[in-house]
Amino acid sequence: MGKNNFRTLIIFTICLGVFPIFIQSDYFLSIMIFIGINAIAAMGLSLLMGYAGQISLGHAAFFGIGAYCSSVLTVKFGFSIFAAFICGVFLSVVMAVAIAVPTLKLKGHYLAVATLGFGEIIYIIFNELLDITGGPSGFSGIPHITFFGHAVEGGIKYFYLVWAIAILLLIFSLNVIYSRIGRALRAVHGSHVATEAMGVNVSWLKVQVFILSAVYASIGGSLYAHFVTFISPPTFSLFASILLLIMVVIGGSNIWGALLGAGILTILPQYLTAFKDFDILVYGVILMAILLFMPEGLLNGLTSLVKWLREKR
Amino acid sequence: MMTFTLFTIVLCMAFTSSGWAVHKVGFVAAITGPASFIGQPEREAALMVQEWINAAGGIKGVPIELIIVDTKGVEADAVLAAKKLIETDKVLLIIGASTTGESMAMIPICEKAETPMISMGAALSIVTPEDEMKRMEASEKPWLEVPKKQRYWIFKTTQNDADAIEKIYTYCQTKKMEKVAIMTVSTGFGVEGRKQLKRLAPKYGIEIVSDELYGPKDTDMTVQLTKIKASPAQAVINWTIGPSQIIVTKNWHDLGMRGKIPLIQSYGFGNKENIRLAGAAAEGVLAPLGLINYVEKANPKHPQRAVTLKFKTDYEKRYKKEVPSFAILAHDALMIAVDALKAVGPDKKKIRDYIENNIRNWPGVGGIFKMSPTDHTGVGMDAFEMIEVVRGEWELAK
Amino acid sequence: MTLSSQILQFFFTGLTVGSIYGMVGLGFGIIYNATTIINLAQGEFVMLGGLIMVFFTTVLKFPLYIGCPLTIVGVTVIGALFEFFAIHPLRNASLLTLVIITIAASILFRGIAMFIWGKDPYALPPFTLGGPIIIGGAVIMPQAFWVLGASMIIVIFMGLFFGKTIIGKAMSACSFNPMAASLMGINVRKMILLSFALSAGLGAVAGVVITPISLMEYDRGLMLAVKGFCAAVLGGLGIGYGAVVAGFLIGILESFTAGLVHSGFKDAVALVILLFILCLKPSGIFGSEEVDSIKKL
Repeated sequence: MGKNNFRTLIIFTICLGVFPIFIQSDYFLSIMIFIGINAIAAMGLSLLMGYAGQISLGHAAFFGIGAYCSSVLTVKFGFSIFAAFICGVFLSVVMAVAIAVPTLKLKGHYLAVATLGFGEIIYIIFNELLDITGGPSGFSGIPHITFFGHAVEGGIKYFYLVWAIAILLLIFSLNVIYSRIGRALRAVHGSHVATEAMGVNVSWLKVQVFILSAVYASIGGSLYAHFVTFISPPTFSLFASILLLIMVVIGGSNIWGALLGAGILTILPQYLTAFKDFDILVYGVILMAILLFMPEGLLNGLTSLVKWLREKR
Repeated sequence: MMTFTLFTIVLCMAFTSSGWAVHKVGFVAAITGPASFIGQPEREAALMVQEWINAAGGIKGVPIELIIVDTKGVEADAVLAAKKLIETDKVLLIIGASTTGESMAMIPICEKAETPMISMGAALSIVTPEDEMKRMEASEKPWLEVPKKQRYWIFKTTQNDADAIEKIYTYCQTKKMEKVAIMTVSTGFGVEGRKQLKRLAPKYGIEIVSDELYGPKDTDMTVQLTKIKASPAQAVINWTIGPSQIIVTKNWHDLGMRGKIPLIQSYGFGNKENIRLAGAAAEGVLAPLGLINYVEKANPKHPQRAVTLKFKTDYEKRYKKEVPSFAILAHDALMIAVDALKAVGPDKKKIRDYIENNIRNWPGVGGIFKMSPTDHTGVGMDAFEMIEVVRGEWELAK
Repeated sequence: MTLSSQILQFFFTGLTVGSIYGMVGLGFGIIYNATTIINLAQGEFVMLGGLIMVFFTTVLKFPLYIGCPLTIVGVTVIGALFEFFAIHPLRNASLLTLVIITIAASILFRGIAMFIWGKDPYALPPFTLGGPIIIGGAVIMPQAFWVLGASMIIVIFMGLFFGKTIIGKAMSACSFNPMAASLMGINVRKMILLSFALSAGLGAVAGVVITPISLMEYDRGLMLAVKGFCAAVLGGLGIGYGAVVAGFLIGILESFTAGLVHSGFKDAVALVILLFILCLKPSGIFGSEEVDSIKKL
């Protein structure tokens, strides 16, 4: 996965590991848990956007599918937590295939709007299937995760659980990027036609990445459900999909950027209270500013800035 | 490396809170975001009450400090707000949140931290545990059921939808309107209202002949009203808050249904602005509203009169606008908390016990509260009167 | 009320709502024709049209016939500024970035609208006074005729513009092949600017005529954009009359779904149609696959 990445990964993991030793506050641990959950979904989306160059405006739907499967199947149908979790992933895969395969032959923006339509339809389903999902009033009483009888309750345990999964997925992502698939993806970015000429089935590749990104989002959703123990449709609306998108764009369409973006966008609202009602305005301004001035995202933008400053000397 | 440094910088934003002698009360509301029309007035009312109390010397000389957190209507933020208030700010109790969803998300945290919570969300499920809700729903005669168990630490000051609906149905019964049509919005408020409308109909001998739905952002409800017009309905009950109230009123008026099928709105209609926006279409519209809407016309001996008048006049003077109904929830919640603090001092368990056992015949602006171990809502049907719009004003319906 | 008058009622409602979708879809088509960009901020132009008109008529108390053109000009200028500051600098960026920037713009417009007008809904008086007109037992408001009339005029105008005028034809040429277009002496830069301005103005008209019926608030834009886009794709992206016909179709189908099936799923109608069309015939009802594949993307 590259020496740089490996080094960063090790340092990152160690810091995360010792974090709860220094910061015992449940509040800060909860923030980190939400960052982790968002980061998992954002990583998936960044694989899709940054490496496969596709856009999805409906990813919150997969997040929601994971969340609702984990909730409904455990509470109403007595599934085990793990089984419900797998069902969520499976359903997301099926939905992802249903969306991606027909649209794979279409041009870029058609996929974008197809995902938007898909996201909205899933949102409406969450809202309307009252008997199953509880509808707009939401679904409560979601159980905590248990490992062999021990409940993963409380800040510290859940923190380790979420970040362990996040790190595993991070390693997996890095491996994908540095594998043949990743190289093929980057080739597609350069030239669709040339890559096809090299014998790569580009369309199938794109579908695979789409499915993978849906799985990430589903995992994030399940973790969210078991943490908050209450879910309702607005959490999985179009705006949630757009926020996810903003995370990836802000951070920069690479894996580390997704983590950064998730971190910033989870923490920002906590400290944006000074802006009161202008939160939508602030999001819009930030997004436009990044796109216009640092289209590669904050991560790359700041690195270039630092390099440029160094060269100035 | 870069990410890592950035990440650390981003994370290094912590603050501490100091502590003078104050009574800290947490206040969680959706001040910005999609539910800000609920959270803003709540915040305004709370700040006003805080000033009243502290200007009068506080509680036995100790001022109250309201620590306000904005959730933007997002449940995850409500969770974080509750944790911050309990852990970092060490509040004695939490008033909040503005919506049912956020309140539900905060419940496990308050219960675990054994901190009393007075919610401003609407649903009965906030104060009633899931198993008790299920029991009531599964019962043979669900319309007769009332909760027998409540969540130990959780209270609310919002009236139950069921009570407003029973008021409406009582009115329908007296007017011999036994066949009604219902229209509800597909949000939490509408869905809960619809459940209650269907549950309670048998109790009053009412038959629901038409059951229409619409979305919160829909701009035209003519289709639904057309179906209702064609049905044997003698009245139409519309359960929603927000602009859809006005659109339904206009559509109802345009379809010429006045005089044939009266329109009854929910208790969310109680705002003069709604009459203004609907214009002439609002004539004859009915709604179950609280005392604040007609306090000047009410009986001078009404137990809520003094409290309501003071609240209304002060709010209108301070914020220069008509009192939005949500402000009442915050006022009542904070005043209850203040009474508890006055009686038992800064002890979470004692505050909880006081609220559960000593708030009896307690006149608030939203109603006369009677909390008990089986009722953590406290207000009932008598909080409402049927009101009619007559020439642009609220009048008691005849 | 008999079943036939009910059905007629659904039809009228669908027609009115559908013409708004059509107008938004037209706007999408104009920008797509000139640039192949999908402008997801299209709905915000409608919103701004409605709210700015409210400003002119209720705050500044201008009469209708002054407020209307002023509003349209105002929003047109906003559209042009949007192109100048946000689209033009990114003209060489990837399609992905361009789509995202229109999303960002939509968020920004919404934020600004919220800042200026707050979250409350605003009303406009109907253009002509008078009660509902009853046809066959069904009710139609006079304002609905304004809505339908406006969309008819716009369709005719657009048809003439793109079909008969030099500028219009030049604009279409740009999307087929900008290199060839500029070689023919067409100022591609100006064409793109014009397309955004035109599209914005169109949105403004839609906003102005629909507000008296259904009020306007700061966040109405997104849903309108989604449904308008469905209309545009269904009719064939870039084909003016296609978007309008498709808009009517979607509006009527929505209305009948709500009326005869289940009102809860009304919003899903447009989306399901969209997904079906994308799977079966992405070029839409009136479009052709060959033409689509020639267009630069």
